[in-house]
Amino acid sequence: MFWLRLVPDDTKIQFMKGRIVGLATSAFLSIASVILFFHPGLNYGVDFKGGIAIEIQTPQPADFSVLRSNLDALGLGQVQLQQFGSPSDVLIRMEAQPTEKEQQTALDTVKKTLTDSVPGTVIRSVDSVGSTVSGELFQNGMMALGLALVAMLFYIWFRFEWQFGVGAVVTMILDVTKMIGVYAVTGMQFNLTSIAALLTILGYSVNDKVVVYDRVRENLRLFKSMPLRQLIDLSINQTLNRTIGTSLATFLACLPLAIWSGETLQQFAIVILIGVVVATTSSIFIAAPILLFLGEDKLFRKKAPPPAKGDGAAAGKGA
Amino acid sequence: MMYFAPWKKVTIWVVCLLGVILSLPNILPRSALDALPSWIPARQINLGLDLRGGSYLLLEVDMKAVVDGRLNNIQDSIRGLLRRENIAYTDLAVQDRSVGFTLADPSQADRVRTLLAENMQSGNVDPLASGQRDIDISVGSDGKAALTLTEVGLRDRETRAVEQSIEIVRRRVDESGTKEPLISRQGTSRILLQLPGEQNPDRIRRLLGQTAKMTFHLVSQDYQPGQPGPVPPDTEVLPLEDSRSATPQSIAIKKRIEVDGANLIDARAGTNSQNGQWVVNFEFDSAGARRFGQVTQANTGRPFAIVLDDKVISAPRINEPILGGRGQISGNFTAQSANDLAVLLRAGALPAPLTIVEERTVGPDLGADAIQAGVIAVAVGFLLVITYMTAAYGLFGLFANIALVMNLVITVAVLSLLEATLTLPGIAGLLLTLGLSVDANILINERLHEETKRGRSPFSAMDAGFSRAFGTIFDANVTSLIKMGILYSLSSGPVRGFAVTTAIGILTSMFTAIVLVRFMMVGWIRRNRPTVLPVLRKA
Repeated sequence: MFWLRLVPDDTKIQFMKGRIVGLATSAFLSIASVILFFHPGLNYGVDFKGGIAIEIQTPQPADFSVLRSNLDALGLGQVQLQQFGSPSDVLIRMEAQPTEKEQQTALDTVKKTLTDSVPGTVIRSVDSVGSTVSGELFQNGMMALGLALVAMLFYIWFRFEWQFGVGAVVTMILDVTKMIGVYAVTGMQFNLTSIAALLTILGYSVNDKVVVYDRVRENLRLFKSMPLRQLIDLSINQTLNRTIGTSLATFLACLPLAIWSGETLQQFAIVILIGVVVATTSSIFIAAPILLFLGEDKLFRKKAPPPAKGDGAAAGKGA
Repeated sequence: MMYFAPWKKVTIWVVCLLGVILSLPNILPRSALDALPSWIPARQINLGLDLRGGSYLLLEVDMKAVVDGRLNNIQDSIRGLLRRENIAYTDLAVQDRSVGFTLADPSQADRVRTLLAENMQSGNVDPLASGQRDIDISVGSDGKAALTLTEVGLRDRETRAVEQSIEIVRRRVDESGTKEPLISRQGTSRILLQLPGEQNPDRIRRLLGQTAKMTFHLVSQDYQPGQPGPVPPDTEVLPLEDSRSATPQSIAIKKRIEVDGANLIDARAGTNSQNGQWVVNFEFDSAGARRFGQVTQANTGRPFAIVLDDKVISAPRINEPILGGRGQISGNFTAQSANDLAVLLRAGALPAPLTIVEERTVGPDLGADAIQAGVIAVAVGFLLVITYMTAAYGLFGLFANIALVMNLVITVAVLSLLEATLTLPGIAGLLLTLGLSVDANILINERLHEETKRGRSPFSAMDAGFSRAFGTIFDANVTSLIKMGILYSLSSGPVRGFAVTTAIGILTSMFTAIVLVRFMMVGWIRRNRPTVLPVLRKA
């Protein structure tokens, strides 16, 4: 019986050799993402920018010029029309009106204009978010992300050493910025669902880091005299099968969503797919090297160790 | 480690069985559910509005109006009090959060202070239950007086305004015939209104967009709008809605409220028997009826103004005294607007205007499409994961798969028991759970693989493998749980749903991955007594 093993058991890749390249690439991508975040910026959905988004389905393929001229004639500011799915599905986005009252009136007018200009049009969904709420939603979302990072920092610090906590959180920040870069580059809408996607990736990523770090912690106890660099390489190699296996499984679970599901879930799933790759590589090439830099002196146990207890169990491994 | 006490075995079976039973109602059709005996908890997961279609409205109570209204009340009471007591004053005005005035004769300061304390805090003002005052009174020896709303008083007002608003919103929505509305308070000044299945919330919006404060006033006899000279202090000019002419008209009315709409006990739309026009028939309670009788008797032959939200909707002439407490509003009504007004009057006035700050509507087919696409995709994804696990870990992969399925089943069961609401982000949470649960299983299997490679016997490999994997899984899961806790407490709505599903999923995955899987493995080992665990490639 043949069972799939993704990586041969005795793999000994010296990942830490690539630490400089890994960190540099990651830093470059993250900095680029931050720049893209400010300029040109993200394509914020109505959740965060405020405004009106209406999804309609016209009986025949939609005539954009008619819709556009009718909507522009209302003088309610910028109107964006976008086809999605079939040619008769149209997404209309309008900017937020100065006050909530005006927004309500605008919504009424727009709905009426749409059904009047193309008879038989079905309004499939409406999102109207006032400017106060959109600001709060954005702030709350960001605050949740931030606090989640701080809490993780303290828990990992508490359970491991501070170097692990810092390493995990710095990696996490690099991961999240890259994902924001993905939104900036692709122009995908950034809304509440995107926050859920980022949180999912964050959850997945921290899990991945904890697993690798956990093995490092265990090996630190087992091989008291092994240089940290070699020890980290050993730990990554030992967990490589699980790292890649879990990533593959998660990737497979999301793949159908990215291919088949509706607009909202599809974007969500695509982001997760990219996130899984980012999180997996960052566990190996970012989180581990940071630990190496931070822990080179601190975690390296100077004195010659007494014979380690776990040596028997670890025979034939690493040391 | 390798021995399961009988009660543990029973518990594992019971938990799994309960999971299946409790999650079952979600896939049974309604008819089958109704046929179940009542002792079976037929609870289901609620689908969020984004999945089943419906409307979501977030309303904000205008707190400024609440405070301003309160300050104006205080100002009116002070004016009445000082006039009654014959005390001369100047500069009575509302500033910021207080009402101030200056005594003409500062020597009266002490008397005024006592008067204010007696009248403002016990008579017109509800004393707060906690014994704290809602107004701070200061009267200086220079004759300057100020009544300031305290922080406690303000907060109390706001809380009451929101609670009252929720009650009125509920009545209005109920009266409009909308089914199963969900109304809840959100934050300090907001109300969340969810209307499952509602496709066109326009009518609800119209109903909620009005304060519906109705008052009856006399029309001014000695001042006409547009007349030269200042408007007398007891008069105000309001727009007249009733006009059938194209140009907007206005009318001057006395500020004094003769009868208040709060005294109404019923209002119904109907048609006038003479001209067939839509009208609203109303009925006062006994106090209102008495007052209405007196006013109409004293002012027969004069016009009377019916004011709704600072607009005069009708100004009919009083033809005869109306003594029975029943009346009729004829305005420019259609069947719809007469019905709407009747609903508003029956439900009562809002304490402050409401603004819709967020509105979302999802059509039912869009929701259905989302569910269908989501379910199929998740199912296929699940299948792929199961295939991978079997390919990678063989028999133990199958055990892991059973655990994955049970994890999903128990999560669904718990969500049903809580009658939680599943939204799109919630599905994302299930997906993350699946990922973490797969990870736990992979961790265990990898550990078993390592330990077996080191030449350990099945039981010793299981022992070492599980205890080591447990540490890792525990740390990873606790980190995630902490994060979900933060998300839950910080966020609202959709992200909250994500946090709940993920947290429940993580907790149940601890049971399925660690307890259930070990239970299955131990059972298998006991029956087959292998010399090594079947985790190496050439088993």
